Amino acid sequence: MTQSPSRTLSAPVLYRRMAGASIVAQLRYPGTFAIQAIGNFVTTLLGFFGIWSLFHRFGSIAGWDIGTVAVLYGLVNVAFSLAETLGRGFEVFGGEYVRTGSFDRLLLRPRSTLLLLLGHELRLRPIGRFLQGLFVLVAGLWLAPHVQWSAALVLPWAIAGGAAMFLGVLIGQAALCFITVEGLEVVNVLTYGGVEAGQYPLTMFGRWLRRFITFILPLAAVCYYPALFSLNHADPLGMPTWIGAFSPAAGFAFFGVMVLAWNRAVAGYVSSGS
Amino acid sequence: MQTPLSTSDAITVRNLRKTYRIREGGSWRGKTRDIVALDGISFSVPKGQIAGFIGPNGAGKSTAIKILSGILRPTSGEVQVNGLVPWTNRVAHVARIGVVFGQRTQLWWDLSVAEGLALLRDIYGVEPERFARNRARLADALDLGGIMDQSVRQLSLGQRMRAEIAASLIHDPEILILDEPTIGLDAPSKLAVRAFVDELCRDRGTTVLLTTHDMHDIEALAERVIVIGHGRILADSPFEDLRTTTLSERILELDFHDTPPELILPVGASETAREPHSLTITFDPHQIPAPALVAHIGHLPGLDDLRISRPSIDEIITRFYADHAA
Repeated sequence: MTQSPSRTLSAPVLYRRMAGASIVAQLRYPGTFAIQAIGNFVTTLLGFFGIWSLFHRFGSIAGWDIGTVAVLYGLVNVAFSLAETLGRGFEVFGGEYVRTGSFDRLLLRPRSTLLLLLGHELRLRPIGRFLQGLFVLVAGLWLAPHVQWSAALVLPWAIAGGAAMFLGVLIGQAALCFITVEGLEVVNVLTYGGVEAGQYPLTMFGRWLRRFITFILPLAAVCYYPALFSLNHADPLGMPTWIGAFSPAAGFAFFGVMVLAWNRAVAGYVSSGS
Repeated sequence: MQTPLSTSDAITVRNLRKTYRIREGGSWRGKTRDIVALDGISFSVPKGQIAGFIGPNGAGKSTAIKILSGILRPTSGEVQVNGLVPWTNRVAHVARIGVVFGQRTQLWWDLSVAEGLALLRDIYGVEPERFARNRARLADALDLGGIMDQSVRQLSLGQRMRAEIAASLIHDPEILILDEPTIGLDAPSKLAVRAFVDELCRDRGTTVLLTTHDMHDIEALAERVIVIGHGRILADSPFEDLRTTTLSERILELDFHDTPPELILPVGASETAREPHSLTITFDPHQIPAPALVAHIGHLPGLDDLRISRPSIDEIITRFYADHAA
């Protein structure tokens, strides 16, 4: 009898192989890919022109200058585009895995379901949003007064925390698919809604929403506070500025909670069979 | 205490039960009801055997297959596959089995067969030399040479099934679970799949559990047949036993343009259904060969047409229900 396999690849190596294969698959139709990526760039850019024209007309709004708002906008879009790039498998989980029953296929593979779903696709299309967000972020740093040198560290850290948070949302959305199979449009409030909300300073929102994007979905922790810290901008709501250097950790905590929820959901699926 | 499960068996199942809880009406707050999918089944499959696992839809076949594959946890009972309990360590378990679901693909639609196999090599952690050996062997045995570089979405069903089987064996599993491997295939593809599975079992000692609705699959491959219905095992016997009893039966259908006449049938044949313009006769060819029976009734007045067929698995199972009062 033959031996069982003995050359288990580490998760990062396996991820690279799966991601590589998914890129091969995406580039099989290069024309479609180019059109989608450009479309992604243009639609997100149009969104920013809306904000820009507002500031262009009024100069600054409620004490916020265009530079600061551009930094917020850039942060949230770059973070979200990274989550979209990594989390495609979770985004399409309900339709492509649960409804069709191919999640069973995934369970037949001797690796963690999280790793296999991350490897579903390394999506190239969000590169449009990523580049556009990065462009606006750099422009914002150019325009904003009092940019701190520490921004070079804090902003990448905030982007990582934000990507983790949005990826957590996508994982949570996938976990909910075990209960209601349909795509859960409701969760788009957290993803696309989160991107929209993250573009504006926290003071623009009412109390309830402020609490929600601070304590439930830690959007303020990965965008607003790190941006204030990087630009040395006092928080009109009274939070000390230094908090922004640490708050992106909340994005990773949120991600961790969603991973636990995912594991519970998978265990529930395996014991109920539905 | 129960005696330990045997180690010479590839698969051991004891008192396996599974109940599903479903919600009536589909609402979140509706009443729940338990449905018994498996009602305490027990069987074991020795290493190197091809066991057919048959039964109608809803009999509990898929539930049993899912539990053996490690993707479903039973309500109670014991299972060992390769000495492992499937659901306690999914990753270790699935690394040692191969599963083909006839209606689902495990390859990647947008990748070529070769790229898909390479990805499976990485997922299963097959060493490169062994992968190269297995790939060459499977490509040869399953005739994949011409389709290796085609993307899976371009393959015909028969080509895809051959690629699927290769994909399920690239990591040398000791046990292969085939769930409807010939469904929808044309005749040459069915024959190719059967010949390959037969060889696999003989040459490599792979244990195969096969579910199918195609009696020819069972006839060509299974040394032993487990019949499941209503969540219970209705019969578990060597294929030869089944052949000489239930499977030997033939059905003769007669069409008339008027009311069928009353017949006096020879020993071994009996009338099993009567309709305004047709008659169904069931007979045992060991007692009355088909030509003799046809000669006996062939010159009946008003006879338009006659057909001889063998009972389908579903009919056989229906018979089992009656015989076993299930």
